[in-house]
Amino acid sequence: MINTKENIRSLLQQVCDPEIPVLTIMDLGIVREIICTNDNVVEIIITPTYSGCPAMDAIAFDIKMKLIESGFKKVTITYTLSPAWTTDWMSEEGKNKLKKYGIAPPQNISSRLNKLLFEEEKNIECPQCHSTNTKLLSQFGSTACKALYQCMDCKEPFDYFKCH
Amino acid sequence: MNTNQPINQSTGSPITLLTNQLINQTLHLADTALILGQRNGEWCAHGPILEQDIAITNITLDLIGQARNFYQYAATLINESENKNETEDSLAYLRNERDFKNLLICELPNGDWAQTILRQFLFSVYQELVLEKLKNSSNEQLAAIAAKSLKETQYHVKWSSEWVIRLGDGTAESRDRMIKAIDTLWMYTGEFFIAANYELTEVHLLKETWLQKVRSIFEEATLTVPENIFMQSGGKSGIHTEHLGFILADMQILQRTYPGAEW
Repeated sequence: MINTKENIRSLLQQVCDPEIPVLTIMDLGIVREIICTNDNVVEIIITPTYSGCPAMDAIAFDIKMKLIESGFKKVTITYTLSPAWTTDWMSEEGKNKLKKYGIAPPQNISSRLNKLLFEEEKNIECPQCHSTNTKLLSQFGSTACKALYQCMDCKEPFDYFKCH
Repeated sequence: MNTNQPINQSTGSPITLLTNQLINQTLHLADTALILGQRNGEWCAHGPILEQDIAITNITLDLIGQARNFYQYAATLINESENKNETEDSLAYLRNERDFKNLLICELPNGDWAQTILRQFLFSVYQELVLEKLKNSSNEQLAAIAAKSLKETQYHVKWSSEWVIRLGDGTAESRDRMIKAIDTLWMYTGEFFIAANYELTEVHLLKETWLQKVRSIFEEATLTVPENIFMQSGGKSGIHTEHLGFILADMQILQRTYPGAEW
């Protein structure tokens, strides 16, 4: 097998986020660089979504396992903090997968800026009935990256992958 | 010659003041985030309602994550300059009370929900200003951690501001509790703006902006900013209240009893 960057990229496309398994780490945009010195040695540079994201260690382990399974002898995972991750790096494909999974995908980061107090992100679409008549229940949800919303039409509460 | 100059134990050469200053600055930021995180974590499963229990513990998770980034950097600096083998864990779990440089307000007991909210608000507004400055630091790693943390802190500021308004301008009971919280906590905000000898940020320059922001939220919450009261300081230089020892006992006992224990 020829271990080109493209090949590595497709392998990483199979590594999923342990907390939102419908998303791969490529969909999330947390893989910042792939440095492949030869067919056996590779360094993957990743960045955390949130400072306290507890999934990072599991993700690093999963990347290593996936690449070692595929024949790499030496796999190094390096963490970088800059530039800081933003939901704008999430792929369109990732956003569509989230929606199908029942989590409203993040809006453009600009929708978060300059919010007044008690003002919430508007027009978040309910992943069940697609109504935009929804309201924020809590800015903090079941994981660091999510907020809790409720649909005022079908009444279902749902997670929103909040802008970051 | 300054006899307090730290020495590299293996080479015997003095550690440059700049490195030492940077290590202490980084530990101050790490300790502050860790101790507040540890305190807020006490709310886990005890919050007034489920959504707010989740909110305060999410904020805790952000703070612990920030602390980890600062400790990892501090460990790198210490190991490079002093030839030691520190890790984020050894710095958090094996240092003594007098070595901790956290702000005093972070170690105070949670009190009721009003007191927890008010502390988060006073602190987050301050932390946002500090991180804004650090983001432009010439030190790349501190700048990177600050830029990352800032995005999280902005959510903390918004959430805690809304709660200060909700409680201050709420019922007679919630307002009364907010006033009591101000009486308890205000005296610990003075040291925010007194620079320790290691601090890279000119924190005294942040005071007016901080006060302006706090005042605007207090006005909306129908609360009053105290004037001319005694201010307690000491945390930045390791002089703590009686509360820190108890937190450390709680937090460190496992690593001190079973060194190196892992999940």
